Amino acid sequence: MRWLIAASLTLLVVSPFAQAAQPESIKTIKAVGNEGKGNAAALTAVKQLQKQSTAADLPALLDSFSVASPLAANYLRNVVEAVADRETAAGKSLPADALRSIVFDTKRDPRARRLAYEVLLHVDADASKEIIPQLLQDPSPEFRRDAVQQLIDQAATQEDKEVKLDTFRKALLGATDADQVKAIAKGIREQGDDVSLVKHFGFLTDWKIIGPFNNRDFVGFAESYPPEKKLDLEAKLMGQLGEVTWGDITTGDEYGIIDIAKTISPYKGAVMYLTTTFDSPSARDVQFRFGTPNAWKIWVNGKYVFGRDEYHRGMAIDQYTVPATLKKGQNVILLKLCQNEQDDSWAQRYQIQFRVSDASGVAIHSGATSRKAAALPQNSKNNLTAQKEGTR
Amino acid sequence: MMPLKKNQRCIPLCFAAVATVCLTGADWLQFRGTDISGVSLDSSIPATWSEDQNIAWKVGLPGRGLSCPIVIGDKVVVTASTGFHQNRLHVLCFDRSSGDTVWHRQFLATGRTMTHPKMCNATPTPASDGERIYAFFSSNDLACLDLDGNLLWYRGLTYDFPNASNSLGMSSSPIVVDDTLIVQVENDAESFATGIDVLTGVSRWKKDRPKRANWTSPTFSKNADGSSLALLQSSAGIEAVNPKSGETAWEYKDGASTIPSSVVSSDYVFIPSNGLTVLRTGDGNPSDVLWNDNRLGPSTPSPVVVNGRVYVINRAGVLQAADMTTGNILWRLRLTGPFSATPVVAGKHMIVFNEKGSGQVVDISGEEGELVGTNELAETILGTPAVSGNEMFVRSDGHLWKIAAE
Repeated sequence: MRWLIAASLTLLVVSPFAQAAQPESIKTIKAVGNEGKGNAAALTAVKQLQKQSTAADLPALLDSFSVASPLAANYLRNVVEAVADRETAAGKSLPADALRSIVFDTKRDPRARRLAYEVLLHVDADASKEIIPQLLQDPSPEFRRDAVQQLIDQAATQEDKEVKLDTFRKALLGATDADQVKAIAKGIREQGDDVSLVKHFGFLTDWKIIGPFNNRDFVGFAESYPPEKKLDLEAKLMGQLGEVTWGDITTGDEYGIIDIAKTISPYKGAVMYLTTTFDSPSARDVQFRFGTPNAWKIWVNGKYVFGRDEYHRGMAIDQYTVPATLKKGQNVILLKLCQNEQDDSWAQRYQIQFRVSDASGVAIHSGATSRKAAALPQNSKNNLTAQKEGTR
Repeated sequence: MMPLKKNQRCIPLCFAAVATVCLTGADWLQFRGTDISGVSLDSSIPATWSEDQNIAWKVGLPGRGLSCPIVIGDKVVVTASTGFHQNRLHVLCFDRSSGDTVWHRQFLATGRTMTHPKMCNATPTPASDGERIYAFFSSNDLACLDLDGNLLWYRGLTYDFPNASNSLGMSSSPIVVDDTLIVQVENDAESFATGIDVLTGVSRWKKDRPKRANWTSPTFSKNADGSSLALLQSSAGIEAVNPKSGETAWEYKDGASTIPSSVVSSDYVFIPSNGLTVLRTGDGNPSDVLWNDNRLGPSTPSPVVVNGRVYVINRAGVLQAADMTTGNILWRLRLTGPFSATPVVAGKHMIVFNEKGSGQVVDISGEEGELVGTNELAETILGTPAVSGNEMFVRSDGHLWKIAAE
């Protein structure tokens, strides 16, 4: 409440901001677009904002991050940093209470909240001790990461098994970065408990698959094979090696990796299609987060989303983050996964791991997606047999 | 973001007025220096240094970086990246004399930030024309700042062209030629080069480039009439383009490495191609090969040319010196690798940092190269040092050092 009052007072103090030329400058900065559009006008606006703004204007400047594009946010960030530096160097005080209030207001732009926190640290270096523990499940990934790390560090010093386990379990609530999740899972398992990483990350483990189709000399990436034109799971199609039909593929891999090379065949110069359904209780924006060393294309509900023609340049959890929109109910996701013909030992992987998340990386689970695959032993022989038969 | 010290606040205003006048050969404005040679013949760097000797200062850095420091007058500028996803971009300016932070600006990446673990988002070296700083990152974020850290313009080249990225990371360092920032964004998926107006950040030209991952940096050559050409290297070879129009002047099409970069000395172009291939641009067809030697193929470090000799470090960590006009190998000296950084030359000394932070100093003034100093900084060093006057600046993931004789 103290912060709320302080913030209100501060906003009263800075009210001239709204009457001055700054709003027009902010509007100009927020108009910057692709390929340098609006750069010249933004330059003038940045200079004007920096010149006219004082420490008291910092909260209003941070307010302006709302719906700012990533480009515009970087311009605005520079203004805030420059003003804060100048005012600090001039011995002027920064509005600490207002900044603290912004940090805790989760309705504000996460970028602005984090920047408010960083400016605040110049005024109050110990603020992190008070602030970070309260932000374990914050919309800002950076805040969450800091809070999770504090708990991981705390668990390392705890000796009581149950207390340590509780601390790790609590940390897992906020963790989305792979390194932290792995550290927490290790900690939990060392205490004799277990955790499903498939469930935590929300990897999709059950898919239908068909192929191979031809990708010799890279022709397959651009070629529209029948599954791209009409998704018919009963279809019998002519593939690269003969007739192919849709079959099931599931994975028991802890990180949800669908491994075509190991579980079906190490195809070369091939295209495979995978599809699954994702049940969304409402229409919403999501992120498809996935990793693959292969070229790919993706469609949702028949609409092309994005594609990338790159092979064997690494694979990681959340390697790609692709924004998408889901409708209410069943959504059909279609993947095209292409393998090239390289014979290098490091160029043999043909796999993908795929999940759906919110903008901060927290898993979104499909109401209809079975989790039973997570319990399957990796590379189950019976499972492999079924998949091979299903895709020929 | 750190506050300016009181005694530094007046510096930017004074400096801005005389920035052009202050520019001297001592500035080191981009990867391998202002002339992209990696050579500063007027400089003198001590052969030995340690915590107690010839290290003027050492300052902490907030994050990782393979990018090299650049030196602009009394400022040393370094980039870094932080965060689990490396999406926090840092541009830091230090006072050259004291090592004090003059300013520290941060941005959030607008492009893909994934890299090979050895690389990081702050792999490309920033460039400057003495008035502006162009900080470029693997995510293809490009921030133009004035010397006081004020943003002049910002481009997100992956934001503009979403498939322009490499999951292993991008490393090409931009250069300034004829008021144009030459940027190569070359990869398997959406590959291009662009010439950007330094004043506005708007591209003067953009042209498709070979769709193949490419980590090399551009350089430039001078025509007989004094005009410049930007040389773009790729797996296909070299494309020489007019920096302001992007128009192709000539091409060398016999392939080239995608890691070490070419170097130009007078009218010779030394290309990591089929070992090492040398073109002469002065007379006749610029793409005619003067000589080639497959024994002189460089590993990750780029070649260096100085005083009539070309130097390369091969995959075995052997420094080789050859006559620049004939390719005759003059001597070999085994150093302790592995190496990622390109050697720099200060006076008679060639300084080579290996990846373990061992700075090896070779006297190259005699008939044979002689190792005259081995200096351990004991941190991973992958970036090329900067030499300015009698001072050398080198960075690790954690620190920036100024090395100079006491």
